[in-house]
Amino acid sequence: MKEKIKNKEYDQVKSRLKSIMFGSKLTNGLFFKMLIYTLLISLGYVYLYPVLYMVTNSFMSMSDIISVAVRWIPTSLNWENYRIVWQDLNYPSALLDALILAGLPAISATVSSAFIGYGFARYDLPFKKTLMTLMIMAFIIPPQITMLPTFRMYANYELLGSIRAFVYPAILGQGLNGPIYILLFYSFFRTIPKSLEESAQLDGAGPLRIFTRVAIPLAVPSIIIVFLFSFVWYYNETYLAGLFLRGSDMLTLPLLVEEYINDFTAIYPEGSRARELMQAVSLAGNILSLLPLLVLYFFTQRHFVESIDRTGITGE
Amino acid sequence: MKHLKKLIPYTLIAKIHKKIAPYFKKFVQAPTEKYVFAPLGKFGHFLTHNKVFMKKQTSVVFFNKYTYRITHKRREHIIGLSFIMVWIIGYLIFTLYPVFYSLYLSFFKVGIDGQDLNLVFRGFDNYKAVFLSDPYFVEILLEYGLEMLINVSITIVFALVIAMLINQDIKGKGAWRTVFFLPVIITSGPVISILIDQGATTLPSIEDYGFIDQILNNVSGFIASPLQALFEQILLVFWFAGIQILILLAGLQKIDKAIYEAASIDGAGPWETFWKITLPSLMPLITVTIVYTVVAMSVFSLNEVIIYIQGIMLAESTNAITTGYGYSSALSWVYFIVMSIIILLFVGVINIRRRSRA
Repeated sequence: MKEKIKNKEYDQVKSRLKSIMFGSKLTNGLFFKMLIYTLLISLGYVYLYPVLYMVTNSFMSMSDIISVAVRWIPTSLNWENYRIVWQDLNYPSALLDALILAGLPAISATVSSAFIGYGFARYDLPFKKTLMTLMIMAFIIPPQITMLPTFRMYANYELLGSIRAFVYPAILGQGLNGPIYILLFYSFFRTIPKSLEESAQLDGAGPLRIFTRVAIPLAVPSIIIVFLFSFVWYYNETYLAGLFLRGSDMLTLPLLVEEYINDFTAIYPEGSRARELMQAVSLAGNILSLLPLLVLYFFTQRHFVESIDRTGITGE
Repeated sequence: MKHLKKLIPYTLIAKIHKKIAPYFKKFVQAPTEKYVFAPLGKFGHFLTHNKVFMKKQTSVVFFNKYTYRITHKRREHIIGLSFIMVWIIGYLIFTLYPVFYSLYLSFFKVGIDGQDLNLVFRGFDNYKAVFLSDPYFVEILLEYGLEMLINVSITIVFALVIAMLINQDIKGKGAWRTVFFLPVIITSGPVISILIDQGATTLPSIEDYGFIDQILNNVSGFIASPLQALFEQILLVFWFAGIQILILLAGLQKIDKAIYEAASIDGAGPWETFWKITLPSLMPLITVTIVYTVVAMSVFSLNEVIIYIQGIMLAESTNAITTGYGYSSALSWVYFIVMSIIILLFVGVINIRRRSRA
């Protein structure tokens, strides 16, 4: 009799535990949630490992890098690397230049994409499908195909060596990743009900006024998203910048850092002490060049991650 | 009073309207007339009423002979065209012209004489040379193709796994999305090259265990070398998955919960639900993602093929056929064709099941 009661309690405890850990379905239980959290945390760590590496290593002094015992936490917060890069790159003015260099094309790309996306979305054009297919194909073509003719054309129009090499294509909607922005605005403007536009027409608004008074205020989230994305992509664009902006006094910050590091590594051969020290300095330079983007991301992350939801790419 | 208003016949209203309409004309005018032509006074009037271009009430007459009736549809076309005109001009200048010019150049042997180009017609020689005379390109191209197949598959599988993990009932989904989207902000050529140089792109601490070496030693040589390259750069492949995670996550959230419930009532386990419900609903998104991934990886500035083409383009142009701008244009066009073939391959494989079912 006693054994039966004991067994019953034991069974109860066991079933209690089972229901907490495993839940009614597999996915409700604690065990499953722990598994997911573990997976996410470990994958997140692997994912962010380079960033953490960059941050911690940039604070290390020379002795820390060489010593094997120090791997993650530097012995002291060593701002020396940052000071070196700050001085050598003339950081504040370089930063301002880089911000303008990224901001101006971003603004022009946003404005023109809004126009063009609205045109594609609202008005029934002849050959609309052909034009949209052409636009998507422009996205697939690698820039190497067009690099030489573009370069010569820019040289002929005297666009090289100034920011105009970026701004002029952007204003005409051909900027970096232009088709993506146009498609974004296109799918957004398609979701605006036509009755809004028609009621504005009844009040006597012409097409331009409808655009500025009705469509743009509704599209503010899309405008923010397109501006942020184009800013980030123009800021990080070193390849085209190195090609078209050489000889100007404005270069993108990542490009400046790269040149700075190249200069250094040309002087000191591989494997020497100075090369090791260069590691930390180059990482510090990287962090400095990424700092504006990280700050921007920190404040506007919501817009970035919600951007894809808003494109309507998944279809309603 | 209300009854009186109902009784006023329509003809009376028409008479009244005819009387007062001229006074209203001043207030209801098309914007073009109001702001552009009217302020110019007599000159504006002349601009729209002459023998070449005469603007009547609903039509436009060219050269006193050709009448173009402006219907509502045509007005819409014209307005739409004027919105798009910016893009069309830009496309012609900045995209179409360079593309066709480079296609044209790829049939020539191009030498640079100061400012001018010295063109010697070569026909398809450049293209033949790509495959037959160039010692490196075909090899690089094959490596690229293999790498692309492996990398894109891994990226998409990884993105799918993470999207499904974030989609579960966990707290702080926004924070997780932020974490996984961060590399998109950071990725740029120099940053990545520095990271590769310092060996930060493999999985952390994995060389402390002999795990990878064991695998590599037991697999044949052909597969081992891309696998090794893969493991060294695996973090790079993962970092390309940032945007795809968001796209797949958005797609996952759109799937109706009711379908899952119906499936579980019918007794489907998680494995079956995944294959029969989740994956088919995500197929269009996976297609878009694949195209975007292939394009992004192929255009990335640290890509092997790109570096090679770049080298040819900037090097001295000698008399050999494998140098010079014409040759590099031919190279880029071959690369483009290969890339399109890869995209079509992926898309075809993914969609083959749909077509066979529908």
